[in-house]
This record gives sequence, C-alpha cells and structure tokens, in this order.
Amino acid sequence: MRAHCWYGKTITSVQEVPDPQILNQRDAIVKISSTAICGSDLHLYNGFIPTMQRGDILGHEFMGEVVEVGREVHNLKVGDRVVVPFPIACGNCFFCKQEMFSLCENSNPNAWMAEKMFGHAPAGIFGYSHLTGGYAGGQAEYARVPFADVGPIKVPSTLSDEQVLFLSDIFPTGWMGAEMCDIKPGDTIAIWGCGPVGQFSIRSAFLLGAERVIAIDEIPERLQMAEQGGAETINYAEQNVYEALMDKTGGRGPDACIDDVGMEAHAPGIIHAYDRVKQAMMLETDRPHALREAIMCCRNGGTVSVIGVYGGFMDKFPIGSLMNRSITIKTGQAHVQRYMRPLLERIENGDIDPSFVVTHRMSLEDAPLGYDIFKNKKDNCIKIVLKPDWTGNGNGTVH
Amino acid sequence: MATNVERGTMNYSMERAEPGLPSESAKKLAKGLGWFSIGLGLAELLAPRAIASISGVSKERTGLIRLYGLREIAAGITIFAQEKPTEGVWSRVAGDALDLTSLGLAATNPSAKKGRIAFATANVLAVTALDVMCAMQLSGNGTRGIHAKGSCVVNRAPEDVYAFWRNFQNLPRFMRHVESVEDLGDGRSHWKVKGPAGMDVEWDATIVADVPNEVITWRSLENSDVDNAGAVRFERAPGGRGTIVKVNLEYNPTAGALGAMVAKLFGEEPEQQLDDDLRRFKQVMEVGEVVVSDATLFGTGYMTQRPAQPAASSELEQAEMLPSQTATNYGTEEALPQGRAAGRSTL
Repeated sequence: MRAHCWYGKTITSVQEVPDPQILNQRDAIVKISSTAICGSDLHLYNGFIPTMQRGDILGHEFMGEVVEVGREVHNLKVGDRVVVPFPIACGNCFFCKQEMFSLCENSNPNAWMAEKMFGHAPAGIFGYSHLTGGYAGGQAEYARVPFADVGPIKVPSTLSDEQVLFLSDIFPTGWMGAEMCDIKPGDTIAIWGCGPVGQFSIRSAFLLGAERVIAIDEIPERLQMAEQGGAETINYAEQNVYEALMDKTGGRGPDACIDDVGMEAHAPGIIHAYDRVKQAMMLETDRPHALREAIMCCRNGGTVSVIGVYGGFMDKFPIGSLMNRSITIKTGQAHVQRYMRPLLERIENGDIDPSFVVTHRMSLEDAPLGYDIFKNKKDNCIKIVLKPDWTGNGNGTVH
Repeated sequence: MATNVERGTMNYSMERAEPGLPSESAKKLAKGLGWFSIGLGLAELLAPRAIASISGVSKERTGLIRLYGLREIAAGITIFAQEKPTEGVWSRVAGDALDLTSLGLAATNPSAKKGRIAFATANVLAVTALDVMCAMQLSGNGTRGIHAKGSCVVNRAPEDVYAFWRNFQNLPRFMRHVESVEDLGDGRSHWKVKGPAGMDVEWDATIVADVPNEVITWRSLENSDVDNAGAVRFERAPGGRGTIVKVNLEYNPTAGALGAMVAKLFGEEPEQQLDDDLRRFKQVMEVGEVVVSDATLFGTGYMTQRPAQPAASSELEQAEMLPSQTATNYGTEEALPQGRAAGRSTL
C-alpha cells in the first residue's frame, strides 16, 4: 500500500510499504477514505518529539471502511464505515474503566521509553513516535486498528467524511479543552491559538455555556474563522495580550484560559527569541510562551486548561502566579473515546458541522506538499484533508 | 513495611541461591588484606619507633602508633573470623581514613620529614584503594548473582492472578526469554530458555513455597547450569483495585562459558527485562494477549525497534511474542467484559 513516511526533520515521502495484517485478536483493518494532517504532526515533522525512526508512517486522524476484523471484534463487521480515535485504549485497565482512555496501561508496548521521560507512560497513539508505542499511522491506504471493539465509532452514511472525520481528534480535543474549564453561565473564556483545535475549543466553549470567548492568534484568516465562530479576537502581533484582555474584562481577567498552542508557541520580539534559542540548544524542549501568558492573564481562582501538546521541559514557568492566585491547571491528551458518541449526536442534531475548518483537500500522494503548506501557513491554510483515492487534478490543492 | 515484605519474600527464595555469597577473588583479596592487617599491626605494636621513622612521623607518637597497631590486628582478626568478611574489610577502610588524617596532621608539624610522609601517604592510599574495592565487592551481592525485582498492578483478583502464574506453563506467554516450562509433577518443572545465537539453556526447578493467592517461590535444582531462584507475591490492592504483583528473580551463573552467556542474557538490564515481562503479564491478564505494535515485533529495546510500518509476512514469521503464541482462550469466563464505555461526559 501507499503510506506517508517520516525520514528526518521536515523530510517525508509517500512510499510503497506492506499492507497491515491482523496481529491481535481485537484488531480491525480499515481502508482509509479520509485522513488529516494535525498540528501535532508538525511537532514530529519539525523534529521536536524524540524516538522517531526513519520509515515511521505518520498520521493519527483517519476514518474509513472496515475490511477485516479479528476473532474477538464482535461489534464491527466488514463494510462498516468508522472513525478511529487517535489514542489506542484497551477498555479493560484501571484508567480505561474510568474513561481516561489516553492513559490506557496496556496499549503502549514502549511504555518504558515514556516512563524515562515522563515518569509514567501514556497510552499508545497511532503514528506518533515510538514513545507512544510505535504504531503505524493513518496517512496511508490502510491501517491496523488495535482494540477495534473499544475505539472506532460507526458513522451514518448521511454524514460526509469531513463532517465526522474530526471526531478522531481535533473536535474531542478542542471540546475537552473547553470542558476542563468547568464553564459556568456568564463565564469569559480566553483561548490561545486559533488553529484547528482552537477553532473547536471556541465553538465548544459556547456550546458548554460560555458568555464570551476571546481568541488570540496573529494569522488573519484564523482570527477571521474565530470571529465567524462568535469569538472576539486579539491579534498578538498588534496588541499586548495582557493589556487587551484586562481591558475587555475590567481588569479581572478571563474566568478560564485554554492553551490550544503547545510546545512550539510563537510570540512577538525578544521573549520568542530567548525561548527559540533555548529550544534549539536543547536547554528546554518546549517553548512556553502561550502557557506563561495564559497563567498570567487568568483571573484569581480561575482555571488554565492545557490541551496543546507539550513534550518535555520548559523554562521560567510562573509557578508563583499559579500558586498565590489559587489557579487550577487541568491537562491531558484528549480521552477521545469518551466524547465520540455524544459529539456525533451533536453533529447529527445540527449543533455543529465540523467541516467548517477544512481549507484544503488533496491526494495522499501530495502529503509532503501538504505538510509544507500547513507548516508555513501558506495559501491561508487551516486544515488539510488527504484522500488516498483522490481523483482531483493538478497538485490537488483545491479549496 | 514494603521492605519487610520483600525481605520475607527473599528468605523464601534464596534458600540455596544466596545472593550475598562473595566471589572467590573477593574472598582471596580479603584474606590477603587480613594478613596485611595483622602483619602491620604487629609491627606497629612491637616496633613503633621504626614505623615512625619509616613514615616520617615524630618519634613522640609511639603511643598512638601502638593503638593503631591494635586496631589493625582487630581488623585482621575480624576478617578471618567471618565467613563473609565485609565488616572486617570496611573497618580497614575506616582505619585507612584515620591513618590518612593522622599523616595529614603530622605533615603540618614543622619538624616533620615531608618526603617520608608523602611516601607513607602514597602507600596508605594504595592500600585504601584495595580495601574499598574489596569491601564493595563483598557488600554488593552483584559480582556474581544477578538480581532483578519489579512490580505491577493487575486489574484482576489475586485468585485469578495467582492461578495463572501457578500454572508455570503459562510463563512463556509473557516471559520473552523463556521458551517453555514443562510441569514434571511434585512441584518440579523443566525450564527451557532461549539464549543468544539460538542456543537453549535448560534446567529443572522445584517449588520452595506455595501459599495459594499469596506467594509462589521456586529455585533450580542442585547441579543446574544456571543456579536461579524466583519469588512472586500477590497482594490484594486497596479499594478493590486488583492485585499488586511483586517479583524477585535471582540468577547465579556458575558453569563457565554457559554461565557467562546467561549472565549476558540477563545481565544488561535485568530489571528492564523483568519490567517488560510484567507489562506483558498484565496485558495477558487484562486484555487476553500480548499487545504488539509495528515497532516492537522484535522487542521493545532501542536496538530492536523496527519502523512503525506494517511488517511483510516474511518478517512477521520471525517475530516473537505474537498473539498467536500468547492469547488466552477467549469465550470462557476468563474473558473480561469488553466494549465501548457509555459516554459519560458533560454532554
């Protein structure tokens, strides 16, 4: 089959590789109809996540048709159309029983690597380094899906791929970012980052009852999409974020802040240069600008929700601000399996149509081009969907 | 508390395969140091002025030198009196420190013969190095025995977990290096372990202690190529959260080249290997089989990772720990309740 493989920092290529086979009895093989490039894929692409190996297949947002099931998969049959959640979870362990699926104890065979870095290991993830298990990813024609009796959700044919594909990651991730804010009526929520996950956090915050959402970014088309979702916006390239937020909230600060940015934050001026240099010299692995600012801006007793991906260590973490002002921090890779069914219902009843975020559709064969466009935010790109059976023309960038 | 429990476990398992048994070379060195202690002690006791002269220390210090002589003799006797002379040798290390301090103080005396003190100090330092080396060899149980301990929590009742482990034929399903364990009856079993270059190592073992749902310990029989012992303890986790499993393993390779090979097999990171085995044990108990990813078909070490892409059928034939070898019999009552948890979020 054809698959999009990683070969080094910003070097990827679509290659011919063997077709996946059933290895565990609860596996299914899915023929992929749509797969997306995620912002967190860029952390791999840019070489910030350790334990990648040449030839690793990328991608963790995918859906398609079940073409084979293992002996112990009783809830799916060949021909079912499914969306696959990015964390791999067994459904039987202590954490799965508590619906903390991204912490599954049994799905990461390389847990020891993660233990060395994090103290304890999170769940396995498709196409996301060897640290999270070393599973082939979904930017391919087919994928082997372990624990197919727990993860994949069947979707009705009345909904298009683009309406349901993002149940695999960014919709539940954006949703969980907002849910962790424990939103009360009247709350103002500030959101750092208007990439795809940020866009879903904005809409989720409103669905969860926020009064106001203030979104922060510098890319005009992303700010524009945030405004279309009902948010007020702050362009950090033009305004001082702290001052603008205090101005909007009478000096008290937002009730909760969501970090939808993660480890490769950008910031204006000298602060960014400082963290960029430290990261390049391996003195810190994560650039913490968004998180620092979110903590400093959050109101006393408020909540900072960290859903953007971090990988290692950071510098100048404002623990004093956090502690003295009774701020709660909530974090986690999204427990996607927990949210897929209820969010599918939201899509079915018309509360939200996730396809709004798609700006580019292209062939799987053009994945390397897609990464370049997405990374460099060329061509007003916000979200790219790759299709293995693309029949479009040219280089496939249609929007 | 936890330490006590572990020590109790060790007592069960280490009946013969004593981890603390010092190596022959360490014992020989200790004996040499013992004779050295007694010789030097006698010289200090009987000829303190000569010692003072050799080491460049003031001749008024003969009283102190005699005391140090008594200390040396005591250390020597301690070394010979003990089967494992660890304390005797450590007491020599303490004495060396005292000697070095005294020499340092002596050097500050304006009338001191600096050249001789330096010579004496160099000699004491050389002996100190020997003492420390010997004492560490004796203290560590590590020079011969390879010891690994590990633990995990399994989301099953102690009765289930014990029953699975007690059937030794199940062990190869999660212990990567164990090819087979055959039940010979009467608590005896025959073990076959995969070695490097396709060589197998085999031995017979017997159960030492077996307390249902609590503990199992075993050890190899006399004249095994690989003298080894193991203990596994099952504790009910608080709050009905399954079973805490604690394992101790001990390997004492005794027989020449074969022993060295096994040492290599188990020696590099024995605790890492045990951790991996316990992770697979948990997988077999909780999900019914060992969970494999594309990268870990040949093991979870850095060197054995393959790219995260599907393996060709020819490559899969070489893979170890495939579910076909590890799966439990599904469809029995053993199988765990499965299926997607119902949505219970804020929605």
